[in-house]
Amino acid sequence: MRAQSRIAFILLLTPLLLWLGLLILIPHIDMALISLRERISFGVYETSLLQYQKALTEPLYLRTFWRTAVMSVLATAITLLIAFPVAYYIAKMARGRLQQVLFMLCLIPFYVSELVRTFGWMILLRETGLISNLLQWAGLADQPVEMLYNDAAMMVGLVYTSMLFMVVPLVTTLESLDDSVVEAGYDLGGNGLSVLREIIIPHAMPGIVSGCIVVFMLSLGNYLTPTMLGGKDSLWFTEMIYNQFIVRSNWELGAAFGFMLLVLSSVIVWGMLRLTGRTLQETMG
Amino acid sequence: MIPTIPRSRAFRLIYGSYVLAFFLYLALPLTVVAVFAFNDSQFPSLPWEGFTWNWFFGEDRPQIGVFHERGILRAVGTSAFVALCVAVLSVSVGTTNAFLFNRYDFRGKGLLYVLMLLPLVIPGIVLGISILVFSSTLANGIWDLAQMDIQALRPGLLLVILGQFSFITTIATLVITARLQKFDRTLEEAALNLGATRLVAVRTITLPFLMPAMIGAVVVAFLMSFENFNTTLMLVGSDAPLTIAMFDRLKEGSTPLLNAVSLLLMLGSSLLALLVILFQRR
Repeated sequence: MRAQSRIAFILLLTPLLLWLGLLILIPHIDMALISLRERISFGVYETSLLQYQKALTEPLYLRTFWRTAVMSVLATAITLLIAFPVAYYIAKMARGRLQQVLFMLCLIPFYVSELVRTFGWMILLRETGLISNLLQWAGLADQPVEMLYNDAAMMVGLVYTSMLFMVVPLVTTLESLDDSVVEAGYDLGGNGLSVLREIIIPHAMPGIVSGCIVVFMLSLGNYLTPTMLGGKDSLWFTEMIYNQFIVRSNWELGAAFGFMLLVLSSVIVWGMLRLTGRTLQETMG
Repeated sequence: MIPTIPRSRAFRLIYGSYVLAFFLYLALPLTVVAVFAFNDSQFPSLPWEGFTWNWFFGEDRPQIGVFHERGILRAVGTSAFVALCVAVLSVSVGTTNAFLFNRYDFRGKGLLYVLMLLPLVIPGIVLGISILVFSSTLANGIWDLAQMDIQALRPGLLLVILGQFSFITTIATLVITARLQKFDRTLEEAALNLGATRLVAVRTITLPFLMPAMIGAVVVAFLMSFENFNTTLMLVGSDAPLTIAMFDRLKEGSTPLLNAVSLLLMLGSSLLALLVILFQRR
């Protein structure tokens, strides 16, 4: 029996180790090694920090890196602000059927490819698009307005794309908030604002943290939305990785960029977890 | 701010319209994509030139419909093939992972669990390039050693499948583990008492119990693979899956053909999602 159990254990462990080892750990180590080398001549490489030096001194690279980070944080904050009242409405104000239907309606857009959603925003925002025509018809503009290819359009797309990943965890945590606790808050003399600050937000914290982490990750790693909706000046860090790898075939610099993105996202996720005293298992599992 | 606490009319009105506005915002892009699939014009934009089915069934230039456009049909086939492989692979590994984490205690279990979650917090594009880099290191190594060129390790469908598998497995593991935790172990013990071997007990008692979660995971994995863009973009070779093929066309300028494809995608994925919900409810 023991021997049998041991064989079963090994059989179950093997796929996990193969998956994590061959597709996650070793590839990332390999990427780190490649980012640490410098091409001397054909087929001859030397270990050096040149790629990181380039990445950290070239103003365009550095600027794009920080811009991507700041814009992702901004997108996360906007998503949270928009989603919170809606999630609260679904979890606490709506009842029965209505609650279920509203929740389902939130999910539907996200069964559709991100490409389709981005395409929808392009149809709406471009010069010949719906909103431009609407403005002209209403007399607010006397010529076609181009609303695509700028930071605002990109932000609209980013927020739209990650909305679900904020709404769902918020609804789940808010649903577990007992109505009587909120009533008690009012009975003790609190007003809407202090109840929100002292009771509702602390209770929703786990949902806020996991929503923010996922939305931040998705914005940071997004390629499609900045490429299609953003303008010439709104270069995104993922676009630079793509350019180095596929367009320029400069894998060393591309790998260094990839590693910088990975470090940035890990640091921010780790920071958010530390700040709220939670672990990755609780937040994701 | 709960229904039992009275609020002013104005507050309720403003709150209600905010929620309504939110749902309009959610629906807007998808609605325009769907509506312009029927515009009898070369561009998916105003003016409205009249209703047509040509972008679905049209056979002649310039309005070739989805069902006669070879490139798109081939891309759909590629995507379906990739998604099927990813779904089967990731749910199989997800199931073995679930059993491992649920049934065994061993040294390093906590560490392995965190490692298992990691693919969710690695940007998709980084997953893509790391696998691209490693597979080409492997391919170059094999070439240096044995002068063999392994095409499978160059960008192409195998790498796309592996790349998507690498993070979808985490999701499959989480879904199946959640269900396995609710399983009553005494049922399995009863089967053992009745003379079943361990394997038979798992096959006849535990796996049927897990089935709804496994089927749900298959559908979720299929959809995620079908829609994946970032990881696929870095690993794609000559046969492009649908999202990449559509992206290439979108860059060149769009025709309502893309709207028609998108509408079919929406219908397809909502149908799948509906099936899962019906199945879970049973």
